[in-house]
Order: sequence, then C-alpha cells, then structure tokens
Amino acid sequence: MDHPIGKPVPRKEGRKKVTGQALYVDDLSFPDMLHSVTVRSPAARGKITNISFGGNIPWDEFTIVTAKDIPGANYVALILNDQPYLAESFVNHPEEPVLLLAHADKYLLEEARRNVHIEIEEQPAIFSLTDSLVKKEIIWGEDNVFKKFLVDKGNVDDAWANADFIVEGEYETGAQEQLYIENNGAIAIANETDGVTVWGSMQCPYYIHKALVKLFGLPEEKIRIIQTETGGGFGGKEEYPSLIAGHAALLAWKSGKPVKMIYDRAEDMVATTKRHPSRTRHKTAVTRDGKLLAMEIDFVIDGGAYCTLSPVVLSRGTIHAAGPYVCPNVRIHSRAVATNVPPHGAFRGFGAPQSIFSLERHMDKVAQTVGLTPEEFRRRNFIHEGETTATSQMIREPVDMDQLLTQAFQHSDYHAKRERFARENSASNGRFSKKRGIGFASFMHGAGFTGSGEVYLQSVVSAEATAEGIVRILAASTEIGQGTNTIFSQIASETLGLDFDSIEIVQPDTGRVPNSGPTVASRTSMVVGKLVESAVMGLKQTLAGSGLLPDKYSESEFKKACADYIAKFGSLKTSSTYQPPPNVHWDDEKYQGDAYGAYAWAIYVAEVSFDELTYEARVEDFVALQEVGRVLNPVLAAGQIEGGVAQAIGFTLFENVVWKEGRMANNQMTNYIIPTPADIPPIRVYFEENPYAYGPGGAKGIGELPMDGAAPAILNAIENATGVSFTQVPLMPEQLMDTMSKMEQAFT
Amino acid sequence: MQINFRVNGEERSVEGFPMARLLDVLREQLHLTGTKEGCGEGECGACTVIIDGQIVNSCLVPLAQVNGAEITTIEGVAGNGELHAVQQAFIDHGGAQCGICTPGMVLAAVDLLKRNPQPNENDIRNGLAGNLCRCTGYMKIFESVVRAYQK
Repeated sequence: MDHPIGKPVPRKEGRKKVTGQALYVDDLSFPDMLHSVTVRSPAARGKITNISFGGNIPWDEFTIVTAKDIPGANYVALILNDQPYLAESFVNHPEEPVLLLAHADKYLLEEARRNVHIEIEEQPAIFSLTDSLVKKEIIWGEDNVFKKFLVDKGNVDDAWANADFIVEGEYETGAQEQLYIENNGAIAIANETDGVTVWGSMQCPYYIHKALVKLFGLPEEKIRIIQTETGGGFGGKEEYPSLIAGHAALLAWKSGKPVKMIYDRAEDMVATTKRHPSRTRHKTAVTRDGKLLAMEIDFVIDGGAYCTLSPVVLSRGTIHAAGPYVCPNVRIHSRAVATNVPPHGAFRGFGAPQSIFSLERHMDKVAQTVGLTPEEFRRRNFIHEGETTATSQMIREPVDMDQLLTQAFQHSDYHAKRERFARENSASNGRFSKKRGIGFASFMHGAGFTGSGEVYLQSVVSAEATAEGIVRILAASTEIGQGTNTIFSQIASETLGLDFDSIEIVQPDTGRVPNSGPTVASRTSMVVGKLVESAVMGLKQTLAGSGLLPDKYSESEFKKACADYIAKFGSLKTSSTYQPPPNVHWDDEKYQGDAYGAYAWAIYVAEVSFDELTYEARVEDFVALQEVGRVLNPVLAAGQIEGGVAQAIGFTLFENVVWKEGRMANNQMTNYIIPTPADIPPIRVYFEENPYAYGPGGAKGIGELPMDGAAPAILNAIENATGVSFTQVPLMPEQLMDTMSKMEQAFT
Repeated sequence: MQINFRVNGEERSVEGFPMARLLDVLREQLHLTGTKEGCGEGECGACTVIIDGQIVNSCLVPLAQVNGAEITTIEGVAGNGELHAVQQAFIDHGGAQCGICTPGMVLAAVDLLKRNPQPNENDIRNGLAGNLCRCTGYMKIFESVVRAYQK
C-alpha cells in the first residue's frame, strides 16, 4: 500500500488474533513447569506474629518462598521503593503478599493456599481518603501524604473581592477496575548461571527489568523480560506486572524449575491496582458577564497502602484540573494520601478523568449560577492560541474550542434536542415516565510524559534492515490492543516508501530491544512513533550516504541496497534518541511551564434517558468529537475512542467497587458489571485534523483522551433530564432511587 | 474416565475427571489454546465454543457432558487456511484489538449468522450479549458482523 499513513490499514497481528493462534502468557508451557500461588494477608493492617502450615498437605513437595528468600532488595523499584515484594513483619493492606507457593499440581496448590495460616496482631486501619486526611491513624510517613503539588497562577486571594459570584462545589469519583479480559500472569526461569528470564502480560518491559535487577541484585544483562501477546492493559499492566513477575521469578530461583503464575479473575480484581478514588473541591470567582476570575481547586486522590505511581497520577490530575479555559488566577492544591487498601495505580487517563469530571460538572453549576447556558458560559472562557493554561503554558497551536463545540452540537442535534426534551419532560407529568436529557463536556488531554518526564526518559528506538530488505523496528513499546504494531509499521512504511508488509515489529524483549520507555501516557504514537520515523530515516540516510541508494528508489532498489550494504559492512542498524520539541520549558519546583508538548482537544455530548420506574439512567446516543493532530489510522483511532468512551460509560453508570474493610467485596464479573454489547449506545466518533509539527505524520496522543469526557457529559445530561445535580460517579440506580424518591417525598 | 468426542472434525479421546472443565481439557490436554479463560464463571464469553450447534461457555461445561459431542473451537472456524467471512471482517474493520475476547466473539458471531443470516442491530447486540470486550466499545465488532454477512 502506498502512503499508508491516514489509511485504515488492517491490524498487523490481526490474522493470528482472529484464528486463535496468538500466544498469551497462559498459552505457554515449559517442560517440568510448576504452577504457583500467592498467600496474602488476612487483615488490613498489623504485625505478622506467626505463619503455620496445616491440613493434610504434603508440604515437603512444595517450593515455599518468604521475604527471607529474597536474594536482593525487598522492594518493588519504582518511585519511592516503599512496597515490599513480600511482607516481612508488617502488613499494610488486606491483600498484601506474604508467602509464595509452587507445585506441579495446580489443584493441590489451591488447597495448600487455604491451609497456610498467617496470624496478625491487628492495628487500626483507615479506608477512606477523608480518614487519611484527618489523620485518624498515621499509616504512612509522618502525615499519610505520598505527594502534594501546588499550582499557583496570578493571585487568587485578591480575586474574590472583585467577584460577582463565588460558586463552590464538591465532587467525588470511585475506584474502577481496568478489567482487561486477560488476567495478569507471568512465567519465569531463573538460576545463578543464566540469571532471570520472565515472559508475561505487560505494558512496560523495562519497568519489570528495573525492579528485578534490584530484587535479585543481579547485573542488568542477567535480567531479561519478554512481553507475550497481551490481552488488554489500560494501565492495569503498567506497574503491577513487576510484582507478579518478581514473585514467579523468586519461586523459579528457589525451585530451579520454570514457574508459571496466573491470577484468576477473583484474585486479579481483589489484589491488583484500580483507578484512584478522588475528591475535588472547587471555589470559583466569576463576573456577572460570565468571565472566570479565579479558580481554587483542592484535589485529593486515595493512593492505597503504598506510593507506587500515585505522585505521577496526581500530577496529571492536577495539571488537567482547570481544563481548557483561560483564567487569570488559579490555585490548585493537590494531595495523594495513604489508606489501608491495595495500592491504586495507573488506569487510562491517569488522574485526569477524576479532575475533569469535577471541573466539567462544576462548570455547569457555575453557568447556572451566573444565568448562562452551559454552552455560553464555556464559550466565554475557552482558551485560545496565545493564552495561558493554569501552569502558565502558552498555547502555541491554533485551538478553536468554539468551532469544535459548534460541530459537536450539529452532530448531536444538541439544541433541537435540548428544546424538545424540555418540552416533553414537562408535558409528561404522569408518574413513571421516561425523561430525556442531553449534556456535554469540553476538555483537553496532554500527550506524553508530564513536564520534563520525556527528557529524563531519553527513549531510544532502533531499526535494522536484513539482507532481504526487511526493516525491523526494535522498541520496548508494547502492543496491548491499541495498535502499536500497525502504527509503527505504517510510520516506517511511509517514511521509507516500502510496502507495509516489508516492515517487521520485533517482540519486546529487553535482551533485544532498546528502552523506548513505558507504554503509557498516550505517548506511543506521538513520542515513540516519532523515534521510529527518525530511526528508519537513519537507515535510508546510511544507505544513501554509502552511495548504494539513489534519492528516488523502488522497493527492489531498496532491497538491493540493503543486501549490498550488509555484504560490505556486515549489518545495518540505526538508532534514534528522544529530542524535545524546541521551546518547551518546565519548572518542576513551581509546577509552572509547558506541562505537555501537545494537547488533544475534545467535546463529548451524551444523550440520556432516565426511567422513573426503574431508576435506570441509560446513555442513548454519544457524540465524541476531538482534535488529535493527524489521524494515522482512522479505524484504529476510532476504535480507541469508542473503547475509551465505553469504559468511561462503565465508570459513570455501571462499575461500582464495593469495599469491605479495605477489600473489594464484589471481585467477580457477576457483580462488578462492565457494559455488554446490549448496554452501549451508538458511539459516533468525529476527528478534526490539525497536524502537530512534532508528531510522526502530524499525530498527537489519543489513548487516554476518551476516558475523560463521558462521565461529566452523562451527569450533565442527567441533570438536564431530571433537574437533579449529581456530584459523584459511579452513579448507580440505587443512588438515583435514593435521591429521587427522597425528592418526591419532599414534594408530596 | 475416558471421553470420546469430535473437535473441529477430528475424533479425540481424552482421559480425565468427569467434572474437569471442558475449557481446561481443550487448553491443556488437546493444546487448543485459542479458547481463553476470562472469568471462569460464565460471564465474559472468552471461553466460548460450539457444542452440537449450541454456543456455550466451556468454563461451565464438565467433561462428562461432552461424550459423543461435536465441538467447534476457534481453531476450527477457518477451513483449509481460508478465513471465515467473520474472521476476515474482524481484521478489516477493527473488530479485534487486544484479541483475548476475539476467539469467543468470532464464534458468537458465526453462531449468530448461522441462526440469523441478516441480523439487524438489535439482533447483533443481543446475539453477542454474552461476550464481553473491554477494548472496542463494540462498535467495530457490530460493524464487522454486518460486513461479514454483506459479503
């Protein structure tokens, strides 16, 4: 295919996925392999006083690993290194790993797990961010605070006096399970001679690599991490696989045999990371003309028992908290706090869905107070090119939120529907009718690592050519369903003018590929894709520089040039290292400057129905309009948006984590409900293309964006339908019933 | 006990516990790993297979129940290297992303089109309602089914 960028090129590994040939970690098996399980803490917090082995179990056949068996350092190397691989003497959450078992018989293993008795001298635990903030118990550090940020622009304190209105609000979001359909799993082979090799389901091979170097105290070249086909991640396989890979490797190290560790759904849901619950307080000063004067935002997330990635999640949530609006005075104070629940972690959007939900609900409230429509109020405050965000980042690209809003309203027939629903809702005064409403959210999402993150990462991509003229891309960026293989192949094919099938993507394997950074933060297409572009460009330049390739060449000339070069010099390989776009400055101390190289901009419109008999709120239609730079592959891009919106609809109306003493009580797909094919409305996706100068082919990041806008759009629509302003998600029928029936009683 | 059945047109005989899950027998004894486990309790449909023309979750089927049965797994959907129209449509129209629900989803779609060769949108939603996907938001899966029967 000529010029594949911008075309709906079919998924590179599509054939093996539709035929069942794709190999996921649980599909692999090694001779003499053992299975394994994790024995976890029976209490939320306390001192381990005794471990005993009961039952009629042949314990001498088992490989048993405790903290004492760890050859290196007992922590999961990440940010603060506070999370142990195995608790030594104290547990801080009710699913904390204490002991590991391996045996060839996986049925016997389950029985054995039930017969390990861990005794805990319990200490008081805290399970909510409110209890953590008021220091009901100090469970982490001196004040339960993992991290705090302060963004301070202008002078908020002086602005209140000039306000015509001051509007306050408080908003909450709940935990959410990533619920990739493939559970977490790893297989390890480990011994002193060869070191440690792990195969697994993962997003970030080099995160695991870094963690296992410390865990085993081995040199870097003795640790090798290989990604197997990965059945979804959504952030849930960003940091957690370091733990499960380490556990499998410890058992392999001790037993001398290959060890497979696969979580079942119940364990995956109860023990692994979820989206951080949050609470946001807004205080907003606004003029009678509806101009924002000051925004004071207090944003708190519940990090769970260990720090893990909470500081970075908090960072993204903080920076997105003031949205795509221009306001002269902004103060955002944010904290990530500790509780005795399993650590919360990365999940698509990474803090931004929480703070954007709050802001976009609050903007509707402010509009109402001022007496403007939600639309008009936003139009008066949208940010434009040349204006600055909350972190004082000057927007240097043409941004036209007004135009996006107009288009999204056309696609969704917003005005006509708003009018019709108002008429019909008030006309239907009989009991138990269906009310309808329509609402929207406007937002932006920064792509790539925050601030100086990409500079610190120094990502590398390599490209090599074979004598047959096949170009191989070597990167640690993983295909987890989002389309990495296809997008990288499109970029390389376009850059070199070669056939799409002449490009091969090498399986991520730290023994073979350079560190192109983690597969997170909507960075794979935009940041790593750019490195793919420059790495393959390097191949072309090398061939041209050695006089083997003319300026204009055919596919066969390219192949011949590769063959000639390799015959002469042995091999042909080039690498490319990240270079920041010009004029990007970030101050980590003051949290001011260019937070992201590029933002995607979006308007999402939700139409809902609310059934007064069943209290079911249902999304009936959804329009997702976004400007994401150049669209590299329209089918993959729309698939990202549709999937993200569906996940966000789940976050809003379906997915309720029920907590009991710090433990997820509904850790089954039977009672933690994600949307099914029968639940999802038509999701209508529209792209506005405005090529970004520093992205490959003009692309910006896209993966996280669709998680941001649905929740506030849906709750804004529910307010439009019912007249009731709900301030938290998930919004379950039980809560709708509770609130609505109380209101009915109050009126009768 | 010994159980005899046909899998993807081939006679197979396995030795196993009567209550062993068909899912495990297929994956571990017959090495047909295209059938996936997502939840182990019949909610997600990743382990979907077709038994005697009926679509079922193989995690809920005990081995003893399939003696003499005719079973189709994802490995038996393409014939002689030629993809089924549903498989081709999933590739061409974005019906598969991470691929873990895909074998089950493809079988559910094949079964749906067999029962109802021209399903409307509602038929497709209901026909696939036992299969969960976390990547696609289902839109491209619905489109793939439509494209498959239009062929």
